[in-house]
Amino acid sequence: MTGPKIIFYILAAAIVVFSVLSVADRRILRAAIYLLFVLVAMAGLYYMMNFQFLAAVQLIIYAGGIVVLIIFSILLTSQINSKLDPPKLGNLLLGVITAIGGIAISAVTIVKYGFTPANQPAIEPTMRTIGHQLMDTSEYGYALPFEVIGILLLAALVGTIFIARKT
Amino acid sequence: MDFSFTILILALPLFSFALLGLTSKSLKADLAGYAGTTSLLVITVLSYLAAWRYFGGGDAEAGFGTTIAMNYLWLNFTDTLQIHIGILLDSLSIMMLVVITTVSLMVHIYSLGYMKGEKGFQRYYAFLSLFTFSMLGLVVATNIFQMYIFWELVGVSSYLLIGFYYERPSAVAASKKAFIVTRFADLGFLIGILMLSFSTGTFDFDALTSPTGPVISQPAGSLFMGLSVTTWAMLFIFMGGAGKSAMFPLHIWLPDAMEGPTPVSALIHAATMVVAGVYLVARLFPIYAMSAPEALDVISYIGSFTSLFAAVIACTQLDIKRVLAYSTLSQIGYMMVALGVSGYGGEAGLGYMASLFHLFTHAFFKALLFLGAGSVIHAVHSNMMTDMGGLRKYMPVTHVTFLIACLTIAGLPPLSGFFSKDEILVAAFEHNKIIFAVQWLVAGITAFYMFRLYFNIFWNRTPEYHHAPHESPVTMTLPLSFLAVASVFAGFVPFHELVTSDGKAFETSFHVLVALPSIAVALVGIGLAYIMYFKQNERPTKLAASISGIYTAAFHKFYIDEIYIFITKGIIFQFISRPVAWFDRHIVDGTMNLIGNTTVAASVVIRRLQSGKVQLYIWFFASGVLLLTLYMLLQ
Amino acid sequence: MNLSSEIPLQYMLVLSTLVFFIGLVSIIIRRNLITMLMGIELMLNAVNINFVAFNHYLFPNRLEGHFFTMIIIAIAAAEAAVAIALIINIYRKVGTVSVDDIEELKY
Repeated sequence: MTGPKIIFYILAAAIVVFSVLSVADRRILRAAIYLLFVLVAMAGLYYMMNFQFLAAVQLIIYAGGIVVLIIFSILLTSQINSKLDPPKLGNLLLGVITAIGGIAISAVTIVKYGFTPANQPAIEPTMRTIGHQLMDTSEYGYALPFEVIGILLLAALVGTIFIARKT
Repeated sequence: MDFSFTILILALPLFSFALLGLTSKSLKADLAGYAGTTSLLVITVLSYLAAWRYFGGGDAEAGFGTTIAMNYLWLNFTDTLQIHIGILLDSLSIMMLVVITTVSLMVHIYSLGYMKGEKGFQRYYAFLSLFTFSMLGLVVATNIFQMYIFWELVGVSSYLLIGFYYERPSAVAASKKAFIVTRFADLGFLIGILMLSFSTGTFDFDALTSPTGPVISQPAGSLFMGLSVTTWAMLFIFMGGAGKSAMFPLHIWLPDAMEGPTPVSALIHAATMVVAGVYLVARLFPIYAMSAPEALDVISYIGSFTSLFAAVIACTQLDIKRVLAYSTLSQIGYMMVALGVSGYGGEAGLGYMASLFHLFTHAFFKALLFLGAGSVIHAVHSNMMTDMGGLRKYMPVTHVTFLIACLTIAGLPPLSGFFSKDEILVAAFEHNKIIFAVQWLVAGITAFYMFRLYFNIFWNRTPEYHHAPHESPVTMTLPLSFLAVASVFAGFVPFHELVTSDGKAFETSFHVLVALPSIAVALVGIGLAYIMYFKQNERPTKLAASISGIYTAAFHKFYIDEIYIFITKGIIFQFISRPVAWFDRHIVDGTMNLIGNTTVAASVVIRRLQSGKVQLYIWFFASGVLLLTLYMLLQ
Repeated sequence: MNLSSEIPLQYMLVLSTLVFFIGLVSIIIRRNLITMLMGIELMLNAVNINFVAFNHYLFPNRLEGHFFTMIIIAIAAAEAAVAIALIINIYRKVGTVSVDDIEELKY
């Protein structure tokens, strides 16, 4: 058992366990914290796959931004100690059965499918490469999506302020 | 010879209709009147030019041919079903162009005075332009389908003009009556067109009426009730013509149509539109003469009966416009008789020529009579004969022109009516003695009722007028004078050289044996009218009392309207429409309601699916996606 | 460092599948809007793992998956912000954040 394998198993176990917990726990603040753990473990996964920048983005935006936002909204809308209602039995059955069915279908497909391994040499996703490509307008350049995302964020910002302001 | 300018004859009235109709009240009334009249003046000049070129360019001995000035493929359904639209010029259509534009121009000028200050003056001129356009389009049609289109347009413009005073319930009723009756007749026309074109495979007049063409030389063989398909088709087509020309028993709309403004009556219901039926029969005359002689016999009997019937009614009516309306019926009956007794080609085609000759002269003197009556009505503000009398002192021009018109229609030489009526009587004499006798009698009755009208208006007692009647303005007397001159001299047009059944000239002879009795009977009619109506006396009342049965029946127009009402209301509405309405309301609507109610009930059930439970929606969505995935994986 | 010799691609994909369906279960069974939002975040992240894994294992010569993941993260941020604004507004108006009580638009 090599180092990367051990790390992967630990991360995978953390992701699965904490996501199950975040769904199952009826105390909502705890559920949010479990979600935070899932996201941090995912950042570790990215790091393992050599995408350091992406891992940093995941930590900053998800762990630092979205989860904090969720926690704020939880605090605004409910008591810290209040528990969620237990799920309805019908919903629970439907959800779990669907999930198991879906997992079965997907897993069988994934395992049966023969992926063609990569034969090109890998490039190093350094900050320089990422920056150049993000601002590039030629092939494989992402200048347009970058700008569009910028506008989308602006629109979301304005919309959010408009929705949430006191009338 | 270039006749391409004739497209303007159609384009100008359409343009002026669009202009006057669209600008409507934003145009000053006078300006609208002058614009409409000017456009018509141009058209008249163009028509005369066309006539001059056509008759000047041809050779009367060799005969006048047919010129297609324009033929445009309009609707291209299949290789065998194509509908053209174009302009056909032959002696018949040129003659009609001249008649229509002349009378229409006179009516336009006359209306400037007659309709002055009326509400809707611009609308009136717009409708007049529309009518002129449709009538001209009708006579220059190159095929029967185009003719049908303009035929209906003529019907619509007639409807609009009869109902011009739409505030008056009687005008609205009259316009509806005219429209429905002629529409009913047009149903027959359409059936006839379909039968004819189905059996011959063409719409074009050229192909249909060429005497050597396949349509006439190889008639369709199949028989139905003893008559050939062509005969049946021609009878149905004549039904359309009878509707527009108000032949018995479809005549009931014409007297009521007098609710329209008087110039309109002169234009549409005396001189132009009502002769469309005559024109239709004349246009298809070779087929009638050679393939459907039985239909021609029917036409002559119907025409003869109508002329007698209408003449008798005309003797009893008190409304002067109604007298003229019945007189029109009677005169169109004459034209139909002449067509019915005619043969094709050369001397045998005398009746054809006489019919169109009478159409030509009748247009002038009947328009003159109507316009004169309009002038009188304008002065007296009443339609009733009983409100008039002694008007000769007040309205000298109207008096003289009206007298000329009366003499013309009575058929005294050398006025135009004498010549045309004489030709008709000669044609009838040679063909069928009974019809000749009837027409001869009608000539006398015509003279009687026309002079009854004349004496009652201009002589007899002078009633108390609220204000002294005065002569009409010059815009009205000018057309009267012009038409009077035309009535006098139109008889000298050499029709037998110009408008004949096969286009070739032939010699006519003067029949003393026919002419003298007809003059005599006209004089007798005038004399009778003089005795009874020249001075106020008791004779008319006594005479009416002594034959009260016939008199009352004729006064009530032989109860034809009542019979119509009984048939439509008592029989058709009661025994056909009611059950149909019941079927429609309960069976047809019931089926539709059933479908609708089922849908509503189903939707009530289905809408429970839309429960408002978002999580259920998500589950539907997710499991649906999964099932689709599964389905595609398993394929 | 290349993981392909150590861990097969399938492991990554199965992991992301698990997370995805756990998120779905969260949306279906939890009636609190905020918890449902958390389920959505889980699903988005599962997809992100897929993108990154495909990029790393199958097309290491490009950065497509990397950029897609970045864009998804940005959109997720925007979406979370708008969703939370809506939730807070709903809470202010209705006084609850349970989906069962917000069903005026059903028919």
